[in-house]
Amino acid sequence: MLSRTAANLFWMARYLERSETTARLLDLGFRNALLPNAGGGFRNEWGAILQSKGTLQQFTDKYGDLVQRNAESFLFFDLENPSSVASCITAARENARIVRTALTSQVWDAINTSFQELKALTRRERSSLEVPELTDWTLRTAALIRGAIETTQLRNDGYRFMNLGYAVERADNTARLLDVKYYVLLPSVAYIGSGLDNYQWTTLLRALSAHRAYNWAYGGELSAAQIAHFLILNPKFPRSLLSCCLEVNEHLDHLGRIYGRSSPAQEAARTLLGELAEARIEDVFDEGLHEFLTRMISENAGLGQCINDQYLTGEAR
Amino acid sequence: MTEAFFNEMYDRDGLRMPYQMLEGWYQNMPAEFRALKQAEAEGLFRRYGITFAVYGEGGDPDRLIPFDMFPRVFGANEWRRLERGIKQRARALNAFLSDVYDRGEIIRAGRIPADLVYQNEAYEIAVAGFRPPLGVFSHIVGIDLVRTGADQFYVLEDNCRTPSGVSYMLENREVMMRMFPHLFQENRVAPVDGYARLLKRTLASVAPAKCERDPCVVLLTPGHYNSAYYEHSFLADLMGIELVEGQDLFVEGDFCWMRTTEGPKKVDVIYRRIDDAYLDPLCFRPDSTLGVPGLMNVYRSGGVTICSAPGAGVADDKAIYTYVPEMIRFYLGEAPILENVPTWQCAKADDLKYVQEHLAELVVKEVHGSGGYGMLVGPKADKATIEAFAAKLAANPSNYIAQPTLALSTCPTFVEEGIAPRHVDLRPYCLVGRDVELVPGGLTRVALTDGSLVVNSSQGGGVKDTWVIAEE
Repeated sequence: MLSRTAANLFWMARYLERSETTARLLDLGFRNALLPNAGGGFRNEWGAILQSKGTLQQFTDKYGDLVQRNAESFLFFDLENPSSVASCITAARENARIVRTALTSQVWDAINTSFQELKALTRRERSSLEVPELTDWTLRTAALIRGAIETTQLRNDGYRFMNLGYAVERADNTARLLDVKYYVLLPSVAYIGSGLDNYQWTTLLRALSAHRAYNWAYGGELSAAQIAHFLILNPKFPRSLLSCCLEVNEHLDHLGRIYGRSSPAQEAARTLLGELAEARIEDVFDEGLHEFLTRMISENAGLGQCINDQYLTGEAR
Repeated sequence: MTEAFFNEMYDRDGLRMPYQMLEGWYQNMPAEFRALKQAEAEGLFRRYGITFAVYGEGGDPDRLIPFDMFPRVFGANEWRRLERGIKQRARALNAFLSDVYDRGEIIRAGRIPADLVYQNEAYEIAVAGFRPPLGVFSHIVGIDLVRTGADQFYVLEDNCRTPSGVSYMLENREVMMRMFPHLFQENRVAPVDGYARLLKRTLASVAPAKCERDPCVVLLTPGHYNSAYYEHSFLADLMGIELVEGQDLFVEGDFCWMRTTEGPKKVDVIYRRIDDAYLDPLCFRPDSTLGVPGLMNVYRSGGVTICSAPGAGVADDKAIYTYVPEMIRFYLGEAPILENVPTWQCAKADDLKYVQEHLAELVVKEVHGSGGYGMLVGPKADKATIEAFAAKLAANPSNYIAQPTLALSTCPTFVEEGIAPRHVDLRPYCLVGRDVELVPGGLTRVALTDGSLVVNSSQGGGVKDTWVIAEE
């Protein structure tokens, strides 16, 4: 496979996963904003959400006030925000368009249709669009595309590169979503363990579509340690860091077999898997949740770089 | 309806044979049903991503070429003659190319003026003396035809470099079969979907002698910003070959390689969809980033085949066009089956004089122009336009040729008010490799504006599915 094709597939998947995460963040902010604030009025946590995406500065430069409408526009429609849903879907479609020959017609159809629907959404009266409609649409679209990939793509190297993109991006995104919690809580340590705090944890689980799964896995009691365990170390939860890392390993191993040789990327992935598989949640909290997540984000990015150097440049012989 | 134009569906004797089965179809079609189908067709094209960006127009990069659902039909007999004529022309054009980059017999014989060939901008001195595999230069020949009567066809121009539009021929058929399957159940329409297989076979047949295995064929595109990118990607997919950009290829040793996830892989045949000038910055335009440095050296040493061969453009130049019937007689010893449109070369004093005196009746084109840009359609132009054009012509006569305004045939077309005749042309795609092949069909372009004779998609033209009724 052409290196450039592999790169396009890898990034197409990354953008698709990222659009989903942005929608999940939007949903998280929307749900949080339905909560009464302790000091009167409603809570405003858009700041924390934008912070987790690393885009707070860009937002305030452009919009100023942190009001919901602005945050909605910024996270969903704004093409100047590279991680808005619109930007991600546009970029994913552009990547897909370049490598159409490597996609089944169902996958292309799903991606292209989503792009056409997005254009229709941007033409609609903004006041007629509620956040749940936008986020539902994004999640549905993402599921449709993923489903088309899973059911129709050949299990060849292209399929592996797409899945690597998904897994690398997903790990990054889960870490960032969990990190929102850190920013939300930062203003006041007093909230920890309070009713409100639990509500926020629940909201995070909901945004990850993991609310019921959590209840099944941990018997319904909410605790920060268990939720962190669920999102970081539980191999059953498909968005946990460990699950993502397992997937990266699986697909890199497949590539190694297809190409008949192992790669430095495989080694890097195994090292990270080793750590996550052995870790206990106490270790994570000892290190500090935020510090741990920051380190994971960076190690994950390093893994992405290894994949790039080995396969996506055509330089490695 | 103007009597002066040949109507492909109805002539003096009434409904013409090939169109018989369509009469009931469109006459019984309720307006709402038609609107529904038209919307469905547009939806299908959008979903397939078949779009066409027009250079210099700005606007929507995802513009669709308008698709007209009314098919254009050829009878088996009509087609048989066209096929013979097209193949004959494709063979002669290749014989000419092979000759002018070799001994130039046709010039020595005094049949074509030497300066017209050797001074031609499209003549590629870099490949003089080089004979590509099987002596084939132009592997895909697109021949633009117009019809003026039941048996009267004219060749408007030849395209020997990289004729585009074949994806529309294939997709128009897909869409029609999907929307109106019963038309295909009731009529014996010859299939066109074998085109990709034939193209792949043609390309593989001209692999270099150095290639000792199943040849690796790739399609070289300028990239996804190109207006024809959709077609590049579509064809690569149908043939099951890699779609590469210049950056994906490199030269090392005596061969050309592509960058893959498994390391470098040798490339044997390049079906290029970029112009000669951009192929190799070391040989042609040094500022080109679309090509592959060193590619021409590999080509000339027989390490890779480039299709169409660099230099093929000299055969489809508008000034050379006049001599194609001469080529057919000279190389094949046959009488031309398809006629040329009478053409005045403004470079010649006598011709120029005639053209200047008859501007209002003629179509005047730039010798190297394409896409319907920069041309004058005399009968349609107002006085000021003609005067302005006359000045341009006087300033640089050798840049222009002129032809009479042809009475282009019409084909029934869906328009706002119902069905109306609109002017059409035809571009079939002839493949030349070990064999000369032609799929039964082509791209019919239609001028959607009432009375317009310009069918170019950049000038508001549309496309139709083109049917050839299969032989009994």
